[in-house]
Amino acid sequence: MILVVLENQRGNIHAFSKEAVAAGQSLSSKLGMDLSVLCMGENASTLKEQASDYKLQNLILADHDMTSTYSADGYSKVLSDVIKDLSPKYVIMGHSYMVRDFLPRVSAKLDIPFVSDIISVTYDGDSPVFARQVFNAKLATNIQSDSSSKTTLLSFQSAAFSSDNIELGGSDATTVFEVSINSDDIKSTSEPEFQESASGVDLTTADVIVSVGRGIESQDNIPMVESLTEAMGAELGSSRPVVDMGWLPSYRQIGSSGQAVSPNLYFSVGVSGAIQHVVGMKGSKNIIAINKDEEAPIFEIADYAVVGDLMEIVPKLTEELKK
Amino acid sequence: MKIAVLTKAIPSYESSIRIDSTSKWIDESVVNFVVNESDSYALEEALQIKEKLDNGTEVVVVTMGSQDNTSKVLKDGLAKGADRAIFIQNEDSYTDPLSIAKLFSENLKDENFDLIFSGLQSDDLGSGQTGVLLGELLGMSTATLGIETDIQDGQIKIKRELESGWFQWVTLPFPASISIQSGINEPRYPSLKGIMGAKRKESKVVDGQLSDSPKQNFLNLFIPKTEKATEKIEGDVDGIVAKLMDILKNKLRVVS
Repeated sequence: MILVVLENQRGNIHAFSKEAVAAGQSLSSKLGMDLSVLCMGENASTLKEQASDYKLQNLILADHDMTSTYSADGYSKVLSDVIKDLSPKYVIMGHSYMVRDFLPRVSAKLDIPFVSDIISVTYDGDSPVFARQVFNAKLATNIQSDSSSKTTLLSFQSAAFSSDNIELGGSDATTVFEVSINSDDIKSTSEPEFQESASGVDLTTADVIVSVGRGIESQDNIPMVESLTEAMGAELGSSRPVVDMGWLPSYRQIGSSGQAVSPNLYFSVGVSGAIQHVVGMKGSKNIIAINKDEEAPIFEIADYAVVGDLMEIVPKLTEELKK
Repeated sequence: MKIAVLTKAIPSYESSIRIDSTSKWIDESVVNFVVNESDSYALEEALQIKEKLDNGTEVVVVTMGSQDNTSKVLKDGLAKGADRAIFIQNEDSYTDPLSIAKLFSENLKDENFDLIFSGLQSDDLGSGQTGVLLGELLGMSTATLGIETDIQDGQIKIKRELESGWFQWVTLPFPASISIQSGINEPRYPSLKGIMGAKRKESKVVDGQLSDSPKQNFLNLFIPKTEKATEKIEGDVDGIVAKLMDILKNKLRVVS
């Protein structure tokens, strides 16, 4: 059996979870296994309603007051108990921040592998092979879980599977899993989620974004990129390291912890293309990337790969644009 | 209080990454190893807590790997202000997160750390699991992506980063294992005094052979295929700029 676990995102099924359903349907048809979907934790019963159209064999509800808000303690306890009871061959989730927070706990509790952040699946006979990016996306690796593993935990990177491919048709059965949990199981206390004060810069609606990465080398060079941005009539974005250094405010950040954008043109300057950045911009219609490192992973998704020194190219290009 | 900081030596951003002849690992001879970026933030957070509490708090930097790759990482940690080091030595490159966490667990369990800090992920394998796995194996509470910490009586309050600009405060009782997001602080540089003093600090070396078989295996490394038909533009600066102007004006029509 394949078990997909749904995650709540402010009252709805998380976008990554929908992709996980598509992944689960694909694996279940390739491997000839039943597909079950587990709704647990926050808003579990709402998630169950929203999942009722998906084509699957069993829809499982594991609801409890003590897991009505997220905690790594509570979620890992409930999911471990479900896995012990049902022995699924694969447990599938999206590679969200929540999954990173609690799924390794399940791996350690049950002594089972967790293959995280998978980008694609191929098959060696009946045995799935999972690819994931390593060395800052400069390389990828094929991974197989050990044959002795009764259950393998999987998380998929966003867009590894498309939720457009979800097959509908409803479920054959719905089951309630009796959650057994008590206050000793949850050691942490969580406060409500919040957003930092909004900045007024909405990069998601920008038509052209100039994005600057660590290749800019110094805060002193930021004005150079600001001039280019202005000359192109664009909005300025950045990758995480630039924000971490304090060279630009965090509302400029694009990527998994910042904004996800899909402009007509994404013009990246000195951005290497780490996974966390790419997930926030790979939907851009056109991508131009300048980087002096010919092997920078950003070039893998770029339409135009400019191999050269941004310190020379950016001022000259700005000058030309102003003419 | 005792705080462990897990640090890892990883190839620098500028390093050339080549697959070796086994196709299961990279050619390390052409790689410059440096401290994993988020681990530097984790160490700085521990050092700042030590300075703030000033009550015999001990910071222990812990690393795993080969002597050649990691010696710089340990020296750097001690020079910045860690009190001692634990070096789990092995010459093989382990890739299974759970086996790696078990090795840490076996070698750290008798230390009874109140806190374990780690970077949110290593920039080589990038599984992002070690801190959480280790926390569970040692019966600690866990949290990830800490972007602010506040030590209170017998517990730690952490501001966790969530997706798309959302945050959440969680409070964990000790002992706790917490992964630290980059950007949480400004990592210091080692002082000359620190560098000189590091030589006199205790550095314990333990054998790091796996006691358990891996739960997942690397079959082979490969170079990712380009997803798009990428047009490469190179040459002299004037030529590059002329080509870019043509693309912006005539192909994409984003400037007039």
